[in-house]
Amino acid sequence: MAKTKLVVIGNGMAGARAVEEVLARGGAEQFEITMFGDEPYGNYNRILLSNILSGVQDADEIYINPLEWYAQNAITLHAGARVEEIDRAAKAVRAADGTIAHYDKLLISTGSRSFIPPIKGSADEGGKLRPGIFGFRTIDDCTAIMQMAKRSKKAAVIGGGLLGLEAARGLLNHGCEVHVVHLGSQLMEAQLDAPGAKILKTAMEKMGVHIHLEKSTSEILGESAVTGIAFKDGSSIECDMIVIAAGIRPNTDLGMRAGLTVERAIVVDNHMRAVDDNDVYVVGECAQHRGFVYGLVAPLWDQAKVFADHITEVNPKAEYHGSKLATKLKVMGIELASMGITEPKEERDEFIQFTEPSKGTYKKLIVRDGRLVGGILMGDISKAAYLMQAFDRDSKLPEERLSLLFDLGTPAEKVTLDEMPADSQVCNCNGVSKQAIGACVAGGAKTAKAVMVATRAGMGCGSCKGLVNELVTWFAGEALEEDPSIHYYVPTIPMAKPELTKAILEQGLRSVSDVFAALSFDGKEDAASKPALASLLITIWKEEYDDQRDARFINDRVHGNIQKDGTFSVIPEMAGGVCTPAQLQRIADVAVKYDVPLVKVTGGQRIDLVGIPKDKLPDVWRELDMPAGWAWGKSYRTCKSCIGDDYCRFGLGDSMGLAQKIETRFRGIDSPGKLKLATAGCPRNCSEALIKDVGAVAIGDGKWEIYVGGAGGSHVRKGDLLCTVGSEDEVLQISGRFMQWYRENAKYKERTYTFIERVGIERVRAVVVADADGAAASLDEAMARSVAATKDPWKERDAPKTENQFTAAIPVEA
Amino acid sequence: MAGANIGPLSQIPPGEGRNFDIGGVMVAVFHTRAGQVFATQAACPHKGGPLADGLIDGASVVCPLHDRVFAFATGAGPDCSITVYNAVVTEAGVLVTI
Repeated sequence: MAKTKLVVIGNGMAGARAVEEVLARGGAEQFEITMFGDEPYGNYNRILLSNILSGVQDADEIYINPLEWYAQNAITLHAGARVEEIDRAAKAVRAADGTIAHYDKLLISTGSRSFIPPIKGSADEGGKLRPGIFGFRTIDDCTAIMQMAKRSKKAAVIGGGLLGLEAARGLLNHGCEVHVVHLGSQLMEAQLDAPGAKILKTAMEKMGVHIHLEKSTSEILGESAVTGIAFKDGSSIECDMIVIAAGIRPNTDLGMRAGLTVERAIVVDNHMRAVDDNDVYVVGECAQHRGFVYGLVAPLWDQAKVFADHITEVNPKAEYHGSKLATKLKVMGIELASMGITEPKEERDEFIQFTEPSKGTYKKLIVRDGRLVGGILMGDISKAAYLMQAFDRDSKLPEERLSLLFDLGTPAEKVTLDEMPADSQVCNCNGVSKQAIGACVAGGAKTAKAVMVATRAGMGCGSCKGLVNELVTWFAGEALEEDPSIHYYVPTIPMAKPELTKAILEQGLRSVSDVFAALSFDGKEDAASKPALASLLITIWKEEYDDQRDARFINDRVHGNIQKDGTFSVIPEMAGGVCTPAQLQRIADVAVKYDVPLVKVTGGQRIDLVGIPKDKLPDVWRELDMPAGWAWGKSYRTCKSCIGDDYCRFGLGDSMGLAQKIETRFRGIDSPGKLKLATAGCPRNCSEALIKDVGAVAIGDGKWEIYVGGAGGSHVRKGDLLCTVGSEDEVLQISGRFMQWYRENAKYKERTYTFIERVGIERVRAVVVADADGAAASLDEAMARSVAATKDPWKERDAPKTENQFTAAIPVEA
Repeated sequence: MAGANIGPLSQIPPGEGRNFDIGGVMVAVFHTRAGQVFATQAACPHKGGPLADGLIDGASVVCPLHDRVFAFATGAGPDCSITVYNAVVTEAGVLVTI
């Protein structure tokens, strides 16, 4: 039997969710699915756009379904193709790019667009927004706002609703002065009452946002660039960019032109079908059901389920009866829950209120006939889960009203997993309930990761991940399995590092391509796994390693650190931060001759020539005539030092001399993560040896303390004292042994500070100092062989390792 | 549409890519370890990273700046896509059509 043709217009959260629900009901057998989306991307979580704007998340973290998902599910996706016409007589839709798709069943999920009020000076003659003025609705809007915000000094947001405040928060993070302009007399009228809004306003002003209430915009000022906003009351503010967040409007033009009944949105029946056509369904923000148009995600999940039940005929009687509006959100870091009405409406309504403005706490409940009909919780929302459920189900509230707002007398009570009702929502972003997680575990998913992938729980904002993990453990009980793939050294080879090392040694695999051919799932290479395997093979084989350069990141192919413009940085070795006057002069000469855009003293006590084009690297190295400083890779980087005991009146040991010995021995040693070292001539620690991967601190009488696992980067950790030794030679031996053990046992990209916390400093001491495993001699020997196998890679200036290794571009006649 | 002979395949080491300036158009040409050749636009659409400097396997290239992965067959990436050009290996050299 031929499949039914299902065409979906709109690839946003509603359209994609509706299709997922269809697929979950075995719809792939029944339907041939075609989707059209305006935006040239897969489907993403629009709710998280504010996180992108504020820099909390990256654009690629908010995708719900990447482009591959469509291919995997045999869905034809026309991304970037706006549908312009529905021909209901011919049962076909036509997109702007000329694509025509025939349907048996049609789903309209075109969502909403930013509402741009007709303000003088906001748009050009063609109706397009002028440069410097933005909507806030799509990834492209976000990107444009962020670019402009970098240059902007003063930004204004028109609209003091939820979206406007989220835009304000994002702009604040970009360092602009931010003004929010709002027509109403309070912020967020839809979710808050006047006292609540006042507390929010105070909190936002404390964060530096300027709020202008009751301001009606009359004109946007500025000839070519935006310079400010003028208001109807005659006042004005200055600003150089404007984000308009004055609400959203359903996209209904298409439905209207197709002759469907449109009021505020396209009118649907209880099966989510357009009232005029049984073959056309509508879900999401462009649907109007019983007079309501919803702009939140929860109603959308319900609608998608009804649609899918009905169209697949899994339940032809499925009906949607509307949703009660409750939402939990975070505005500028302030937690907020809001449900139902915000003010009492009838005389019989009782209301319970608590405010503590200094703490930013506000709670208010509206109760009618013993049932919750509205509520606002701000600042402390610990009771939100219970109240939202009571609201949603219309259940009877306890007589003791005070306990609705507070946990009295007893310690804060956490609902145990047993007590948690089966249908309570765990993941709000993706609408996953406790029982859905239970069903997924019962269906065979035995790891938290498998459940998350299957149900999407925890894949939105991620705040419920902990709870999802607990629930999976609770449901799975004894059957819980750990996902084995989290232990794989690289994702394409099903082995942890020790097994993989064993297999490589037994089979004599000396190159990355040999490893893929012999050990990967499908015998194929995987680009992202190559550098990890190269690092491991170098550690295992030393001078016998077959160095395939394509397995290495660009930095290790051309021996410099790639910069954002594709040029490289050149940092010559400067052991212990010391160089000769002649070397310093040569560095200066090179910088002048090659017009180096930036000469920078690094944190590692060297000099960085930044911005060297790839094809100039060999000449620069030749003229510097200094060894490579290895400042680009997952390898030993450098060893900082203080001035030591030659000149310093506090010096207890020759830290500078020791740093030079360390550098000339360990330079260029590949390792799972960067190795940054330091030596200090006394415990004053001027060279920061306590926060290095390996640090040696002189304590007098020729003794040195060795610290390992310190960090002073994105993570800050004081190193653990490994041991105290009596000579410089022992410092070299013990730190070398530690680094070798780390090289053999750490995961790729696992820095020493994570590695040590995983294995424990006691274990490190046992192996490296006490030789409990009897491995000391072989570790020392392995490190000595690695040292001997390391060559100065800048010598490749005269003997390139590959064809066109340093060529920027090969010219060809067209 | 213009075809160009960019010369012998040996100019590109196996498993790597190189940039070719074809009459003013910069094209990244890749030579996979399996012996296939692919050609794409040179700059990553995300932040302009040099794709020819990226790690590759038989099916995709990883931009060296921010790890966006693009498929050789379609040019598809996670949130943006690249132009792919037809490239074939012949006795006379590698022919790229741009």
